[in-house]
Amino acid sequence: MANYRLKKGYDIRIAGEAQKLIERAPFPENVGMYPADFYGMTPRPLVEGGERVRIGTPLWHDKRRESLVVTSPASGTVIEVRRGERRALEAVVIRTDGKQQIATTVIPPPKRLSSSARGDIVNTLCAAGLFPLLRQRPFGTVADPLATPRDIFVTAVDTAPLAPDQGLILENHEQEFQRGIDVLACLTPGRIHLCTGGDAVNSQPFSGVKNVELHRFEGPHPAGNVGVHIHHVTPIRAQNDIVWHCTVQGVILIGRFFISGSPSFDVTAAVAGPAAARGRYVQTLTGAAISSFAQASASLPAARFISGNVLTGRNAGTDGFLGFGDNLVTIIPEAEKSVFLGWLSPGFSLESFSASFISRLMPRRRFAIDSNRNGSQRAFVATGIYERLLPMDILPSFLLKSILAGDIEEMEKLGILELTPEDFALCEYACPSKTDIQRILRDGIDLMLKETRESE
Amino acid sequence: MKLHDTIHRVFGKGGRLERLWPLVDAAETFFFRLPVRTAGGTHIRDAYDLKRMMMIVVLALIPSMVFGTYNIGYQFYASAGMPADHLACVLKGLTVIIPLYVVTFAVGGAWEVLFALIRGEEINEGFFVTGALIPLIMPPTIPLWQLALAVSFGVVLGKELFGGTGMNIFNPALVSRAFLFFAYPKSISGADVWTLTDGTVVDAYTMATPLHLGIEPKGDIVAHLAGSGFDFWRMLWGLEPGSIGETSAVAVLAGAFILVITGVGSWRIIVSVFAGGAAMALLCNAFAPSPASMLALPAHYHFVAGGFAFGAVFMATDPVSATGTNAGKYVYGFLIGLLTVMVRTLNPAYPEGMMLAILFMNLFAPLIDYTVVRLNMRRRVRRAAG
Repeated sequence: MANYRLKKGYDIRIAGEAQKLIERAPFPENVGMYPADFYGMTPRPLVEGGERVRIGTPLWHDKRRESLVVTSPASGTVIEVRRGERRALEAVVIRTDGKQQIATTVIPPPKRLSSSARGDIVNTLCAAGLFPLLRQRPFGTVADPLATPRDIFVTAVDTAPLAPDQGLILENHEQEFQRGIDVLACLTPGRIHLCTGGDAVNSQPFSGVKNVELHRFEGPHPAGNVGVHIHHVTPIRAQNDIVWHCTVQGVILIGRFFISGSPSFDVTAAVAGPAAARGRYVQTLTGAAISSFAQASASLPAARFISGNVLTGRNAGTDGFLGFGDNLVTIIPEAEKSVFLGWLSPGFSLESFSASFISRLMPRRRFAIDSNRNGSQRAFVATGIYERLLPMDILPSFLLKSILAGDIEEMEKLGILELTPEDFALCEYACPSKTDIQRILRDGIDLMLKETRESE
Repeated sequence: MKLHDTIHRVFGKGGRLERLWPLVDAAETFFFRLPVRTAGGTHIRDAYDLKRMMMIVVLALIPSMVFGTYNIGYQFYASAGMPADHLACVLKGLTVIIPLYVVTFAVGGAWEVLFALIRGEEINEGFFVTGALIPLIMPPTIPLWQLALAVSFGVVLGKELFGGTGMNIFNPALVSRAFLFFAYPKSISGADVWTLTDGTVVDAYTMATPLHLGIEPKGDIVAHLAGSGFDFWRMLWGLEPGSIGETSAVAVLAGAFILVITGVGSWRIIVSVFAGGAAMALLCNAFAPSPASMLALPAHYHFVAGGFAFGAVFMATDPVSATGTNAGKYVYGFLIGLLTVMVRTLNPAYPEGMMLAILFMNLFAPLIDYTVVRLNMRRRVRRAAG
């Protein structure tokens, strides 16, 4: 076991933490799946409107690797295959029937786990639609079923604003979690690195897990990001140096499949945020309509429903769905009012990383932050803020410049292989020029992927 | 609200005065924190923005502005040998500093707006800080037309030609000053420009700045300065001739305190400038031929003389023209301090070295960063191999 104490970073003081109690949410009438949650896959739809689906029925597959499929989390009828610009698939929406029958395409998992059964394990995970729970570095894509990862990281800590308590997600699922770990251990010749939070409360629930190497990460966000963990434990060295990673929820779903023999997409999700009517945890379904379990405070004129956290989540709208891999719905007020001479205020009620606001002297205070951009976009100025928010041996502003210049060689040397946009999300939050840093990094990664695919 | 809608109709997209939209936009964002919602990327944003950052710098300059205003009047009455109370000193100072600021902001602001209109961009607040700085690094006797030329030169050639705020290589305020220094040297160097006088100067008053006196000291340099009334404490407080904002190290340090606790100014640069100055001063002291030489001036005198403190705190820390890497900031600051003292002690033609040292290091900042970035890359490659 190793301990890592990270100093750089910042915990945004946003109000509305979820109360630590788990409720069973009503079964959702609709579920929806978004291809955008599966970075690295090029979706080709396999269903049409009106078609009957069951749990595990493939909704779309990847154009290049057809075994890589995304499946339905519920049984019912497809009511919409939504397409956006240039007919790109945007979402598949299913009206559930509540029967939760299992598709015949699902292959039962092997009874005995051993690394010789690796091929079977990958095939069954793929067929059940559970394989996309595994993600791959470099680049943070859905894991490639044809690749063999050097190591697998399991992230048992989330430091993002209002993030769900991973111990609570684990609660009552310890057996499934352990089984999932044992399954993952068959997929890599290397180790399973289980990374937990630094303090006893966060690491204790995971202390009994076997077959893993335990690491504790202490510090403010982004100390819980898997990119930070990999950077400190065993960094990505080259494009072909592949590491997979998975969340606690993902490991539980995989373990459950191997115990019960049929796929299940039941997940625990937190409802949080300054505009949430009742912040608490719910048991629901991946892809469940957010309206089935989360409501905004009635007093607000407009609220934003975010699947995920406020830094990296998706604006799901009022009729959106819980994203694949998300264990959190954050609800924030939309910005409504102009504030006269806002930039002059001493800042008692404004959240900021900058010490130019009095609020910085109130570390325990929580703020009902709304969706205001809080300023206009400006030229990039090297304020040194990014450097205080990224706990890695990486020079963020120079990496960003190399991406803007489209210089692939520089990007790689400056560490793009170790990053995904979420690692820069906090810098984006604090950026005084209001730059879209995550977008820049995404463009850089897109470019790298395009180049590698062309050279294949 | 009705007025608001009318303005938006006339100046907005498709309106009759669409080209003037940046003016409306600037006024609007100046007076209001508008409810512009985030779209794509993070859903919430820090309350901090560049406008706030610039306001903090202006706030940090206020002690120097206030003291500089007072000091103009104080030196005026002292040179005339007239007794004057504090109020009279401030009032006299205001008659000088207000026209300087009016001209600076009128000329600089006009250029800024013109370029924004031509580019169709939002007017940004970049000139706020530059404009607040320029009068403070001028002698109180500077003719207003020369100031207007200098501001134009600094804004247009120092900044806009590079692409505007954030793109410039040199600190625009220092470019303005350097322009005067080379174009109208009589207005900004020598012994006679640093005090506003009414023509008659009493014998007991020294017109020259301490640094100017250091060119040809008679006897021990510290004693020589003290003989002209410039002991260390007086120089620290700043009741001496000089550029308007630079004389009081105490006022500058009050500003430094604001910059550092708010994180707006880099403490790494400020500390390194002083460290570099101290190192060079000690070296010079060791090789001083006699105590009657500028080489013998102790480091703490360098810190309170001329623009050393002001440059270290307000000029070297400009994030656009300084180095971007943290490691680079130490090198950048250290070399500024070192070069400043070197110019002061080894070059009799230039009694002051701060301006040229900062401009020179502005030029080298990208090279320093380049080296730091290469070292980071090499470290990363080594780590990958090991």
